[in-house]
Parts: sequence; structure tokens; C-alpha cells
Amino acid sequence: MSSVPLSAQLINLFASVILLMAFAMLAQRRVLPLINLFAIQGAVLAASTGVVAVTTHQAHLYWSAGLTLALKALLLPWILHRLVRRLNVKWDVESLINIPTTMIVGIVLVVVAFNVALPISQLSSTISRGTLGIALASVMLAFLMMITRSKAIPQVVGFLAMENGLFLAATSATYGMPMVVELGIALDVLVGAIILGVFFFQIREQFDSLDIRHLERLKDS
Amino acid sequence: MDTFVLMLAIPLVSGMLLTVVGEREWAPNLNIVASLGTFLSSALLTGEIIADGPRMAFGEMFFIDSLNVFLVTLTAFVGLTTSIFSGPYMKNEQEHGRLTKGRMRLYKSMFQLFMFTMLAALTTNNLGILWVAMEAATLTTVLLVSLYRTPASLEAAWKYFILCGVGIAQALFGTILLYFAAERVLGETGNALLWTRLVDVKGQLEPTVMALAFIFLLVGYGTKVGLAPLHNWLPDAHAEGPTPVSAVLSGLLLNVALYAILRCKVLADGALPGGFAGNLMMGFGLLTLVMAAFFLSRQKDIKRMFAYSSIEHMGLITFAFGMGGVVANFAGLLHMTMHSLTKSAIFFAVGHATQKTGTQIMENIRGLLRINPVIGWGLMLGTLAILGMPPFGVFASEFMILTHAMKHHPWATPVLLLALGVAFASIFGRVQSMVFGETHAKRLPHAPAITPVFLHLAIVLALGLYIPPYLTRWFHEAAKMIG
Amino acid sequence: MTVAGLFGQLLAIVLALVLAPLLTGWVNQCRAWMQNRSAPPLLQSYYMLHKLFLKDVVLAHGTSSFFRTAPYVIFGCMLLACAIVPTLSTDLPLAPSADTIALVGVFGLARIFISLAAMDIGTSFGTLGGRREMLIGFLAEPALLMVIFTTALISQSTSVATIVETLAHRDFVIYPSLAFAGVAFTFVSFAENARVPVDNPATHLELTMIHEAMILEYSGRHLALIELAASLKLYAYSCLGLALFFPWGIAAGENPLGLLAAIPMLVFKLAVGGAFLAGIETINAKMRIFRAPEFLGTAFLLAVLGLLVRLLLETRV
Repeated sequence: MSSVPLSAQLINLFASVILLMAFAMLAQRRVLPLINLFAIQGAVLAASTGVVAVTTHQAHLYWSAGLTLALKALLLPWILHRLVRRLNVKWDVESLINIPTTMIVGIVLVVVAFNVALPISQLSSTISRGTLGIALASVMLAFLMMITRSKAIPQVVGFLAMENGLFLAATSATYGMPMVVELGIALDVLVGAIILGVFFFQIREQFDSLDIRHLERLKDS
Repeated sequence: MDTFVLMLAIPLVSGMLLTVVGEREWAPNLNIVASLGTFLSSALLTGEIIADGPRMAFGEMFFIDSLNVFLVTLTAFVGLTTSIFSGPYMKNEQEHGRLTKGRMRLYKSMFQLFMFTMLAALTTNNLGILWVAMEAATLTTVLLVSLYRTPASLEAAWKYFILCGVGIAQALFGTILLYFAAERVLGETGNALLWTRLVDVKGQLEPTVMALAFIFLLVGYGTKVGLAPLHNWLPDAHAEGPTPVSAVLSGLLLNVALYAILRCKVLADGALPGGFAGNLMMGFGLLTLVMAAFFLSRQKDIKRMFAYSSIEHMGLITFAFGMGGVVANFAGLLHMTMHSLTKSAIFFAVGHATQKTGTQIMENIRGLLRINPVIGWGLMLGTLAILGMPPFGVFASEFMILTHAMKHHPWATPVLLLALGVAFASIFGRVQSMVFGETHAKRLPHAPAITPVFLHLAIVLALGLYIPPYLTRWFHEAAKMIG
Repeated sequence: MTVAGLFGQLLAIVLALVLAPLLTGWVNQCRAWMQNRSAPPLLQSYYMLHKLFLKDVVLAHGTSSFFRTAPYVIFGCMLLACAIVPTLSTDLPLAPSADTIALVGVFGLARIFISLAAMDIGTSFGTLGGRREMLIGFLAEPALLMVIFTTALISQSTSVATIVETLAHRDFVIYPSLAFAGVAFTFVSFAENARVPVDNPATHLELTMIHEAMILEYSGRHLALIELAASLKLYAYSCLGLALFFPWGIAAGENPLGLLAAIPMLVFKLAVGGAFLAGIETINAKMRIFRAPEFLGTAFLLAVLGLLVRLLLETRV
């Protein structure tokens, strides 16, 4: 145990915090704290990437750590904050399933994710290999959050948190994707968030609410 | 100038130009001219590839071979006809007050950018860029689906975005796993996502990782193909978006997503002998086919019905590629082509029909032959073609798929026949009563562009009667490459 | 069993009896300070106990002998718990008799007795308190067990002494799992010791009280024993938490000097821990009883996460 380098311990710690944040988001009832939790997750993700960068001396990881910090921890939360204020939807987060049930489902998902990731992380040689399971778990938890929330903004936060989990997977399994790909992904996420922002206003204009349950008229039969 | 660069640059530049200049009298013509330029350069490119064999561009960033070049030509061609069709169609929509000038501008620029992302996704050699281009294609079409800003179109666009976002995230996870498997063989060079490099070492990729990666990629890109159970976005997006968008979604986007799966399947097959990937695709394909066929019979909206028909055909094509082997792959590629051409032609005809009658509900559409015989016959012939009636080309490809299935997977044959039969009955009955009968609809201010419908149908008919030998050779080569 | 070990064990028990009411007093004092009230003296708990021991016992009509024996059983359970938890040294002669799971069982036994005794008198408040207590316990115990399993996995043993020894005398390693377990343990301790987010020990408001509702009918030395047992429980939980998550300063073997040096360290840690507890109680509001399951569910979730993280991240590195 004592032979584990400090950097690996730090990465594991950060990964655990990311998982904790994923659960916290799942349990959070209000919009603004939800966005703050998302920002914290982004910041921890950037820190974790930074530690991997320092340990492995890979230049492009510094860039992606910086990009993550700028985009996921600062810019996107700021945009979301502004949206929440402009749309004045501070208080309405509702869950379709009650939160304890969601949490239990979440735990099951974590167990599944860990088991799926186990054979793969055993093949890996990166110092952060253990976190692949956590990354997959975060993706699944974000997915669960998107399913169980009925309001537009939490769904989007779930979407972005899913991206966080994928990013963690990329750094933990392979020290990040090639730079071109990473830039492309970042651009897509940013454009996606902006388009969604435009969308919120359109939905509001049409329905006077951001409740996705209004969007259930299109059905078969 | 390099034809390839030209082909990618024209839609990108014209898309930006259309954003800047806004809605002008000549903007639709610019749209058509740009699409024509794209099509011509892609045709020239095809000529080069047939003459000189596969080539790269920009170092190893882009790669064109016999598989993707035919899809490139198809994409550029359908793009061209759609832009011709959308000129008068969108003008009519504007006159009806459903669209403002700003939205017209949005439509044209997004259409060109969408073409650009499609072509980039088809020609890129980097599986990461492929993902980025697919996601970009989603983003450009989300705004197109919600173009009318009606509650229903917003709902459709929201569903489209969220579902495809989730799907595409799965695909990204698959890509990461793929990169992980590749990096162990190719090293940390940044080349480990290049498809050409991966193909050379596909036998050495770690099987456990590749199996998991392929599952994620299939589910992820499969969402965009419209494979069950994540197909829900597709009928909504097709029904609520403008008709030209439905045409390109059905005719092109689904193909490109399927193309992404095919590229990954080649790699998965290399790492996993025993047909793991193929069986998975057969299962998903069959499930999709059956599900879509039974949903078809319950539709009331004409665009929704044909959207389900697209799902059905995508299931059939996925099943064909899942069977593997040169014959099945050949049939799959042929069916992809036929479906693209026929389905976009149908959507063109449907677009005019709904514009004339002012409704998408099939019960209220009657007597199309009386209103406009050309549109009526277009819809009827298109429907016959998509249902696999000889002598149309869809018959040839469906026949090949069925016979191949009978020979190698006899258990699947009854399922296929049942699904196709149900689809036939439900579509044909509806369309028949729409085309014939009495009506009292009025004339449209702008004469519809009917050429694309018959152009597409003529090609489908011609290919059904006679496939030129160079086309056969070309399909064969592509089919062999998929393995 | 050595003489030094025996001495250490006796010292630990005596110290528990001395320090437990002091800890309760200290927490109350800190809380009063933080809430800008004038604080009761530090020794207030002793005065209370002294007063109660001198008073006569008043028994309600219809109480059985169970009601009278329960305080002794509860007090005995808590004292045993204090004896098992390593406070000063890990060389405890009593330790082999009970591991961590038995420790949880001892707490459970005390809970059953106090709830049954509360129902024995047949008043509505007692029954209500007993039911609420069982609800809390039913949710808190699995979480506590999960916390203990996490630590047991790290040290490969369920014996408290071995766990603490492994944790106290190792190289510095960051265990993310212990962080999860620590937070979960804190949650459970608040619930088990009837502290603020779950229960308020300072009120007798019938809608909310849990612990106080059960002991309304007790008086005299019975009440004194129960109050002392409650103090001991807080002390035992504090010491268990400190031993598991901040184990520095606990003497390892039969070292009398180390034993003596461990006392000021323990007092210091308890003082900080008590102030922390008072701080949490000040900044939180008591939650509705129906939210308590969610609170404890979160604790359980965190503990399970700790366990999973332990299995995934730390076993193969």
C-alpha cells in the first residue's frame, strides 16, 4: 500500500470526489446549488487532469486541464446561472421518482459500472486506471439524472455532467484523446450548451414553463 | 484546386455566406448553386477514386476509399435535389406565414453547414473527428427541426437533442475505449484513432475492450440510425421539422450514422472473430424492423408514417450488414442507396401534398390525383418503390437480403417476411386512399419543384432494371472491405 | 493478559466514566457560546447526576420489573462499549471478547431495552418515542456496519483493536474510502446520539422529540443512569470516530508511558470533536422526522460508496 505514489492517491481522491458530486447532484432539489455542484465537479475534474499532466509530463493534458477549468468550471456554470436568473426558475426542481429510490438505483448503477470497468482497467497501465470505473459510474449517474428530472435545466446539467464523466474516462484510461479530438469535443459541448440556452427561451415562450412534462404530446397512437 | 478540398469548402463557405448576407431574393439560388458545386466536385472526386484507387488528404486526416466515396456522391446528390426542392417549398411556407425571413436565413445556412458536417463525417479518417462531426450534425439539425417554433416542433427538437445527446455520449465512451485498445498496440502517437492505421492492426486489438467498445458504439451511433429501443426521436423530428429537413434526415443522416457503425464493425470483426459484432447488429436490426413495422400500422400523420418506414428500412439494412459476407454487404449498400433516393423522393412528394391540403393527418388528405396528378403519381410510385415492388431497385436489394437470409439464417426469414408484409399492408392502404378519391384543395402561390421526385424515382427504377457493371464492381469492392 | 494491559483497561473504563459527562457538558457549553447564550458550567452534568442519584425513584402505576431493570442494562451496555473501543491503547484485555459487529450489537441491545422500557409504561409518548427510536436505529445500523466494513477491509480484521492498530501505525496514505466512511459515520453519530439534525436533546416538544420521549417517566437514580448512559454513548461514538479516522496518539503495546501520553491527546481530540459537534448543531436546523430516513439513507449511501471505492480503487494499486 505504501508504495503507491502520492499522485495516484490524489487522482483517486479526486475521482472519488467526482463520484460524490455525481451523487450530490442526483440528490439536489434546487437549481442553483445543482449548478454549483456541477461547477465543483468540473473544477475537481480539471484538478485531477492537472495532476495527471504533472505526473506524466504530457503537454496536451495541461491544455485540456485548462480547457476543462475554463469551460466546465467557469463558463458553462456562469451561462447557466445567467439563464436561471433571466428565466427566474430558481426554485423549481422536481424529481419524477423520489430521491431515496433514485439513490438506490444509483448505487446499483455504480456496482454495475465498476464490474464492467474492472477487466478493462486491469489491462491499463496508466496511473489513473482505477478511476475508469468511477468515470463510467459518473456517466451512468448523469444519465439517471436526465431520466428522473422533469425540468429542462437539470436535464441539461445532467447532459453536461455526462460529458464530465466521459472526459474523466478519457484521461483515466488513456491520458486523454488526441488534441484535435478534444478541441472538437469541447467546441461541440459549448455550441450545444448555447443552442440549449436559445432553446430554453423558445420553450418558455411557448409553454410559460420549463417543465418538460409539457413536452409529452407527441406520442404514437 | 483539389476536388476534395473544394467539396468540403463549398458547403462550409456558402453556409457562412448565407448566414452573413441573410435572406435575399437570390439566396435560394445560391443554396442550389453551392449544392451543385458540391455535387460536381464530389462526382469528379469519385472519378478520381475509381481511376486511381483510395487516397488520403491533409496528411492522414481524411481518407477516401470505395466505401465512403459512393456515400459522398449520394449525399451530395440528395443534397442538391433537396436544395432544388426546398426553394419553392420554403417560399410557400413563408407565404403561409409559418416562417419569417430570419428563419429562412437560419434554414439555408444550417442546411449547408449540415451538408458540411455530413461530408466531413464520411471522409474523415479519425474516429474521434467522426464523433465530433456526428455531434455537429446533430447540433445543426436541432435548430432545423424546431424551425417552426410550434410547441410540437420544440418538443420534437428537445427530444431529438436529449436522446441523440445521450446516444452520442455512449458513442464517445465507445470511442474512448477503442482508443484505449488501439493505444496499447500503436503507442501514444496520436495516430491511434486513424482508421487506416487501426485496420492494419485490427487482429491485435484487445478482444474484451473491443467487445465493450463496439457495444457502446453500436448503441450510441445506433441512436442516430434510429435503432430500437432509442428510436423515439426519429418520428417526432421527421414529422415536426420542415419537409426538406425530413428528407435529408431520412436520406442522409441515418446513412452516415450507419456508415460510422460499419467502420467500427470492421475493426471489431478483426479483434473478435466469431461474429460477435455481426450477431449484435442482426439482433438490433431485426428488433428495429419488427418494432417499426408494427408501429407503422398505428400512424395517423403521414410524415410520421414514412419516418417509421425509414426506421424499418434501417433495421433491415443493419440486419443485412450484420449477416456479413460480400453478398449481404452488397445488398446492404444497394439498399442504403435505394432507400436514400426513394425516401427523399417520397418526402418531397409528401411535402407538396401536405402543403396543398394544409394538413399532415392522413384522413384529411384525399384525392391527390385531382389536385395535382404529378404529385399524386409521384407519391404513389415512390410508395410502390419503397415497399419493394419490382421493377424498382428496392426490390432487387430486398430480394438479395431475403435470399441470403434464407440460405444462412433461415430462422430469421419468417420474421423478415412478416415485418415486410405488415409494413406493406399498412402503408399501401393509407397511401392508396390519399392518392385517389375526391378533394377540394386550393392552388399554391409557387409552383412546386417536382423534378427531384421523378429524378430520384427514375434512378431507382433504372437501377432496378439494370445496374451498370462499373457500379457493381464498385459496390463489390466496398462490400469486400466491410468483410 | 498482562498487568499493564489490565491497568490500561481499567484506566480506560474509569476515564470513560469521568470524561463522558464532561464531554456532554463541554458540548453544551460550546453550543451556548456559539448561540450567544450564557453557558452552563462545564460540570453541570455532574451536578445533575449528583442531584438525580440523591432523589427518590417514582414509579408509574402498572410498570413491570422490566422498567426498573432497563436502566441498569442500558448503562451496562454503554460501559461495555466504552471498554471495547480503544481510547488510550490498543492492548485491551476485553477487546477479544467482542469485535466491531458485536459492538454494533451492544448498541442495538441498549436500544431495544430503552424502547421496550418506554413502551412498558403504556403512555402514548413513550410508545411514540420508542417507535421513532427503532425507525432511526433500523436505518442507522446498516450504515454504521458499512462504515465498519470499510475499515475492516483496510485492516483485514473486524476486531476494533486490530483495525485501530492498523490505521494508527501505517505510512501516510490517502484513503478516499475513509473520507466517505468518515462522513457517513458523522451522519450516523448525529442520528444515534439524538443530536440536532435528527433530534434535539434540549427540547420536550412532543411533535419532534425522540430520545426524550422515551425517558419521560424515569426519575431519580434510574434517570441518572440513563443520562449517564447517554453521555457514555456519545463518548463511545466520539472515541470510535476518533480512533478510526484520527487514530494518532493511541498507544500501541504495553507501554505505560505511551498510555499516559495518550490521555492529554485524547482529551484534546475530544475537546476539538465536541466543539465541532456543537458547531454543526448550531448551523443546522432540526429536520422533520420524515426527512430523517433520507438523511440516514444518504449516510448509508456514502458508506456503501466508501466500500465500493475501497474495492475498486485501493485493492489493486
